Amino acid sequence: MTDTMNPFTGGIVGTPRLRKEDPALLTGESRFIDDLHLHGALWIALVRSPHAHARIGAIDASAALATDGVVAVHTGADLEGDWAGPLPCAWPVTDDMKNPAHLPLAVGKANFAGDAVAVVVATSRYAAADGVEGVVVDYEPLEAVVDVRDAASDRLVIHEDCGTNIAYDWELTPDPDGVAAAFEGAVHHVTETYVHQRLIPAPMEPRGVAAVPAPHNGDMTLYSSTQIPHVLKVMGALTLGMPEQKLRVVAPSVGGGFGCKLNVYAEELVCMALANRHGVPVRWTESRTEGATATIQGRAQRQTIELAADADGKLTGVRATLLADMGAYLQLVAPGVPLLGAFLYHGLYDVPVYSFTCRSVFTNLTPTDAYRGAGRPEATYAIERAMDSLAVAVGVGQDEIRSRNFIPTEKFPYDSPAGLIFDSGNYQPTLDRAKELVGWDGRRAEQAERRAAGSTMHLGLGISSYVEMCGLAPSRTLAALNYGAGGWESATVRILPTCKVQVVTGSTPHGQGHETSWSMIVADQLGVDPDDVEVLHSDTAISPLGMDTYGSRSLSVGGTALWMATEKVIEKARAIAAHMLEANSDDLEFAGGTFTVKGSPDKEVPLAGVAFGAFTAHDLPDGMEPNLEAQVTWDPGNFVFPFGTHIAVVEVDEETGAVELVDYAAVDDCGNQINPMIVEGQLHGGIVQGVAQALWEEAIYDADGQLRSANLADYLVPSAAECIDMKLDHTVTPSPTNPMGVKGIGEAGTIASTPAVMNAVVDALRPMGITDVRMPASPMTVRRAIEAAGGTS
Amino acid sequence: MEVSVIVNGTGRSADVEPRTLLVHYLRDDLGLTGTNIGCDTSSCGACTVLVDGRSAKSCTLLAAQADGAEVTTIEGLATADGLHPMQQAFHECHALQCGYCTPGMVMAAVSLVDEYDDLDAAGVRAGLEGNLCRCTGYQNIVRAVLAASE
Repeated sequence: MTDTMNPFTGGIVGTPRLRKEDPALLTGESRFIDDLHLHGALWIALVRSPHAHARIGAIDASAALATDGVVAVHTGADLEGDWAGPLPCAWPVTDDMKNPAHLPLAVGKANFAGDAVAVVVATSRYAAADGVEGVVVDYEPLEAVVDVRDAASDRLVIHEDCGTNIAYDWELTPDPDGVAAAFEGAVHHVTETYVHQRLIPAPMEPRGVAAVPAPHNGDMTLYSSTQIPHVLKVMGALTLGMPEQKLRVVAPSVGGGFGCKLNVYAEELVCMALANRHGVPVRWTESRTEGATATIQGRAQRQTIELAADADGKLTGVRATLLADMGAYLQLVAPGVPLLGAFLYHGLYDVPVYSFTCRSVFTNLTPTDAYRGAGRPEATYAIERAMDSLAVAVGVGQDEIRSRNFIPTEKFPYDSPAGLIFDSGNYQPTLDRAKELVGWDGRRAEQAERRAAGSTMHLGLGISSYVEMCGLAPSRTLAALNYGAGGWESATVRILPTCKVQVVTGSTPHGQGHETSWSMIVADQLGVDPDDVEVLHSDTAISPLGMDTYGSRSLSVGGTALWMATEKVIEKARAIAAHMLEANSDDLEFAGGTFTVKGSPDKEVPLAGVAFGAFTAHDLPDGMEPNLEAQVTWDPGNFVFPFGTHIAVVEVDEETGAVELVDYAAVDDCGNQINPMIVEGQLHGGIVQGVAQALWEEAIYDADGQLRSANLADYLVPSAAECIDMKLDHTVTPSPTNPMGVKGIGEAGTIASTPAVMNAVVDALRPMGITDVRMPASPMTVRRAIEAAGGTS
Repeated sequence: MEVSVIVNGTGRSADVEPRTLLVHYLRDDLGLTGTNIGCDTSSCGACTVLVDGRSAKSCTLLAAQADGAEVTTIEGLATADGLHPMQQAFHECHALQCGYCTPGMVMAAVSLVDEYDDLDAAGVRAGLEGNLCRCTGYQNIVRAVLAASE
């Protein structure tokens, strides 16, 4: 399949290539948001509620205003007229969804610890921080709602005007009678409940904003450490109430996002409003503690999954029910996060009937939203954990239960019971290869030997086979899901007079290496050196059209737009070349950067000659516009569906509860690869991020809604010391969704790895009667599970 | 107060508040923005520089404490001839993605390799425990440091 569905012949795509982004990043030349030098800028610092739920009384800023360097203090009430509306939620998943007003600065009531209630403006960042100490807010603390079940009971309603804590109920059950029948007739009926703890995305670069006004002509440039400059431009202009054409948004070098920079944040609006008020640049850089409390968090779901199966363990139905925590307000796409998993709770298994329901609720905690994988890690976790339970019930191995249920290769494109069309897949080889990489049979034997010998160091093996849907998305599908925007992407390819190439992309990288990969695609098509291709992005003045980077969409959507724009340029060049060679354009071949007349190899013109001819325009075909440039906006016809199998091997110390990852294999299929080096890098990082959910990370809140892990000393982002070398391999099953045959790979590692590790942990402990361990499987959690099961204490 | 340091071989000084952190002195007063800030608790190591040849988290030191010291930042590693071997190894091993932790990680790695002979993978992993990276999963960082240590 590889060769028949790979359009690249230039020898560049598909081979590892070092990144052109690196030298600037390695030497400190890159400019992140906090590196920008802005003459005369004022700094702000936010006064944030220390209470999870409190009425805001009098605010006394007199001490702050007397502080050296403090220029002004503004409360939420002062600034209420400075924006046209509340912060946007672009995904009202149901028509009756409750969406409480989320003002950039809270007025009347603070609804989570970290909700900003006032802002100090000062001449330096130190003075702004000093000023915050001098603002005295008279809070009336209220009881906080911190648990999703408590929230759903409406015992205490957080947003009085909504009348309920339930933001929405959403259901996807195409065949209710079929589902009921499947469970009535099931030989095996597995029911499991899992909890996804809250996670803090924690990119290494905190967020930051700088709003630079031009008071006399009304222009504004907003610099932000954001994944979504284009979306932010539209939403920022609407929320502030300024003409969109007057707003330019620039994302400088962005130090990671993982979804948490896919938002429109209070600080962006506050900086713009204050830049207008003060007439000078206004800037803010987030502290790590603010990153924990005031930037969105991820996951936060409670899920119940039920599997119906026949005597052989063949699935006959899947039913999933979620209770999702939106936090205090609805951020940009938060309501849609459960929906991104809603179609995938049957995983990559061939199931005739399916049901998904989700209830999403408000709590007095930090708002949640998309975090690497967004909905798909949760879905994959539920089905992959439950498949292990089914294997036990049926009495077969975890590998066998999967093999019996994989969607057969001949069924692709596969009409899923949830209503999707899975584009392409071939699942079994990924399981086979992953087992080889970890030495499955040998590890199983070792596990048995340890058990027989009475060892307290238990070995566990965990499999996670996954499919995910990414490459967001067909605009019509997004419309059907009530998403407020489209899923297209734009690209422009411009060949300069000297045959150097400029590419303008609407994708917005923040670590993914687009400059390198995009150069490789264009260079492969045009027969030029990738170093002669410059990729421009992340500035709405340079790249006015874009839908930005998230949901593993850049390559399959933005890359496809690029590929098509390049083809369009080649077609124009072909017409000019034909004119120059006095040949019919159908008779020209284009290879290695040269147009040649078929059968007359001496009649040729290099692309460089065409480019210069297009520039001078001295002798173009009648009616042809000068220059070689093309723009394409591509709206995909379907999602893409990467897949694979990951296997984790862990060692669990029964006495201490410590879990150590001892081996990890990942076999992934993202279709044709552009730069295999970057694919591997995405997987490495993604896998570790998922392993971290399984073993280390949790935003721990107390009963009052106080975050107890609000810094990197308490929130355990793993270091090199906890991680191991992973064994990677891949298969290639091109996607028919796009002409390059590619699928996304940015989130796959995170989607796959969490259940692999937790299945391994439970596998290690299963002889003790343990069937679940809550995440993260910290020593304390594991010990409690062992003690609860009556093990050694 | 006046704080003077030798940064990347050049004497520099600035008048700063006594409470100024070394990292802010380097970034805001001397304009050396290659050194990044990633946390408030000396946990992440993004701000790692060399002070008198040994790695130090520059958010943990006051500028005043570095008065008279020799400081090397990421801007001081590459020369006109090209990247420092550690930078080159990070490039060749794809040991960076977003690049935000990279200056601190590279400085920590330079110090680690300088301090220990015969580093192995476990030694690199233990030695870089104070430097967090969210993108790479560390596998290629370990590979790069080992490559540069040879």
